[in-house]
Amino acid sequence: MTEMQTVDYLVAGASHAALSALEAIRMHDPAGSVAVLAREDHLPYSPTVLPYVVSGRSKPETVALKPAAYFAQNNIAILAGRALTRVDAATKRVHFANGEAMAYGKLLLATGAAPIVPPIPGLGEVKFHVLRTLADATRLHAALPKARAAVVLGAGLIGMHAAENLAKTGASVTVVEMQAQVLPGYFDAAASQIIASVFAANGVRLRLGSRVEKLAASSQGCTLTLADGSCIDADLLLVATGVAPVIDYLEGSGIATERGILVDDSMRTSVADIYAAGDVAQARGFYGGKPLVGGILPDAVEQGRIAGMAMAGDPATPAYPGSVPLNSYAFFGQQALSVGSQSEGELACQVTDAGTNQYLKIVMRDNRLTGIFGINRPFDPGIMWQLILRRTDLGAVRDQFIANPRETARQLMSQLWR
Amino acid sequence: MSAYSTIAFKPERCNGCNECMTACASTKGSSDNADSRIQIMACEDGYELAMCRQCADPKCVAVCPAAALAKDEGVGTIAWDGSKCVGCLLCTVGCAYGGIVHNARAGHVVKCDTCDGDPACVKACDQGALRFITSARIYNEVGDLEDLFVPGLAACQGCNTELIMRHTMRRIGPNTVLATPPGCIPGSGAVGYNGLTGSKFPVFHPLLTNTASMLTGIKRHYKRQGREVTAMALAGDGGTSDVGFQSLSGAAERGEEILFICVDNEGYMNTGMQRSSCTPYGAWTSTTPVGEHSQGKSQDAKNVPLLMMMHNCAYVATASTGFMEDLYAKLDRAHEASKRGFAYLHIYSPCTTGWRFPSQDNIAVARLAVETNAVMLWEFTPDSGVRLTRPVDNARPLSEYLETQGKYRHLSPEQTAHIEAMLEKNVAMIKKLAEPGTPPVCAR
Repeated sequence: MTEMQTVDYLVAGASHAALSALEAIRMHDPAGSVAVLAREDHLPYSPTVLPYVVSGRSKPETVALKPAAYFAQNNIAILAGRALTRVDAATKRVHFANGEAMAYGKLLLATGAAPIVPPIPGLGEVKFHVLRTLADATRLHAALPKARAAVVLGAGLIGMHAAENLAKTGASVTVVEMQAQVLPGYFDAAASQIIASVFAANGVRLRLGSRVEKLAASSQGCTLTLADGSCIDADLLLVATGVAPVIDYLEGSGIATERGILVDDSMRTSVADIYAAGDVAQARGFYGGKPLVGGILPDAVEQGRIAGMAMAGDPATPAYPGSVPLNSYAFFGQQALSVGSQSEGELACQVTDAGTNQYLKIVMRDNRLTGIFGINRPFDPGIMWQLILRRTDLGAVRDQFIANPRETARQLMSQLWR
Repeated sequence: MSAYSTIAFKPERCNGCNECMTACASTKGSSDNADSRIQIMACEDGYELAMCRQCADPKCVAVCPAAALAKDEGVGTIAWDGSKCVGCLLCTVGCAYGGIVHNARAGHVVKCDTCDGDPACVKACDQGALRFITSARIYNEVGDLEDLFVPGLAACQGCNTELIMRHTMRRIGPNTVLATPPGCIPGSGAVGYNGLTGSKFPVFHPLLTNTASMLTGIKRHYKRQGREVTAMALAGDGGTSDVGFQSLSGAAERGEEILFICVDNEGYMNTGMQRSSCTPYGAWTSTTPVGEHSQGKSQDAKNVPLLMMMHNCAYVATASTGFMEDLYAKLDRAHEASKRGFAYLHIYSPCTTGWRFPSQDNIAVARLAVETNAVMLWEFTPDSGVRLTRPVDNARPLSEYLETQGKYRHLSPEQTAHIEAMLEKNVAMIKKLAEPGTPPVCAR
């Protein structure tokens, strides 16, 4: 038996949280040994780019977030094709599917999330696509030209992106969503209505508030039966009904989990020397309440950075301020932005212009911004995020902010954290 | 890791003319200031700025899912790759400065690219509110050169002179014999201690009186041997302007090929802060105390660089660590001139201990000295005469500089008025000398 490999820092996962952690570790500890476990045999990439690989806008060979040279220069080993099967905290070892094991000093779990496949009768018997890996995206990209009648289950970001791309290839597209609106969680009913109308104008049929009762294989692909009894034939089916943290390998590890891996404000799990960040982590929500699985890319970067700093013992490690919902969404040449909470606070302003597809909503509590949402109404979401995190008192500029949020927020930025 | 050139904004100088925005938009093919990548906002009490900071640890890059943004390690800008961008706008979520925004006209996000190192906005600003700071160049050029002094020299906390020593020798290089007469420089251990040397090149410790004479002999010896070696002095203002002056004057008059650098901290700071002939009027020192009979120094300082100019040396200049690009350019020219004749460089060195100000303020004090014209930066060659290398037209009030230092705390209004009057005369004289058409200094 060969000697077991041991590294000072072991990072399981290879996307934004993992890369951000690697940067932070190397910033403080240039010498410690570091290894990254990549599930796939590919340089680290972002799951967020996958819809664009589907559309062909991104090429699989150019999506790597860092070139191989980066890892060589920083003396970081990439171990490809390693999926965790078990974590043994007592001996500080992780085990892989191929039977190998590895010992760690500090371990970061950044294993992300995987698609949820809903328990619909018949789904197991038909061919369908999901979108989690680069291979999934390449497969779906190859299937696009042949699709004539496509059905997307779920009107979240992945589903809506895919529906747009399918529509652009000329296929007839139907989106089936259980909730009464598209993009629930990021946009309210009024904003969702504008987004839905743009999709409808581009020929995408939206079956909102609909549930799929059962599926059956057909000659072209499959037939879906909805709760209202109507049937839809599909030659391409994409299941995009949400994702869930990948934590199956943690059984017996003693690491506390709920939906995701529970972490404190330094991204530490309940077990010593094990950290978690990104879509797999369940961390403090900014507005209080129960810890939540954010699934937000900029948040994954933030959490990864904090985890990396804490793992390396960087004395400047900040406390995680909590997850703020954030989203940017471009569709059919329109831009939608969502920063903060719809419900934490009182409505300060809401403007809807369905004719020009414009929408703006501002939510405040005690003259402090808690949420701002816009369609085709430009503002700087990064500045708004800071205003929320800093709980900046907007009392003196409230009217000005509501009248012109972008300009006013930029002035505050320049005055407060230039 | 490199240091980079950067666009700096001084809001107090901005008058809201928006020429920078017009220039930026036009460079990027638009006549609408909304398309400018630099945005000036008028507020109640001045102007504010939103533009890309070209962050060292850029969030826009970290959150980009398509690797379409990357920091250019060569020039430091964050570069946008249109062939990779997917238009998701996540970069605008990551950026806390409004530095990258979706541009409807372009149909994608846009950001400042510093116009490939020649920013149009800066050129359009005639108020000095926008400047393109290129001093990072120095650190890139000399950062890899070896520091020729050992670590752990025993200078005071925040010592400017230690910076001068290290920067100077790094640039001049080890093919040098350095003379450093009694003062802070040898006192800090530069010449050695306990049988060990404090430098990585030949250094010796002449008397206060004979620095330039000894260097004369050393330089002539090497010339006779056919070796090109820099003979150089790092002397305090006492060793330069008081008892050291006769040998200095003699060597300058003979045109010895020497590089003589005076590190002027306006007194004998090493031995207990006694006054020298470079101590300014009104300054407290331990020999010009403040009390019943004395209110600081009662004479004006000797203007040594002007005296050296009158020797018609191959090169004479004043410099300050507050303006490193200027200092480095003068080091190069002085070094070059010392191969032909006598080169004299007078570097002002604010002294945290002797002038009594907090140790972290040294560079700020050095800058204020220049910005108030208490110190003027100029250079002289026999051919081109005097040239102001960093003219200060809208000088800040001298009081701002005087207030930074404990040694001036006792000044009466009359004393301040005296200092201001002398400063005015000095400024007028140097400016007159620097005017085009002024006859050059001429040896008799």
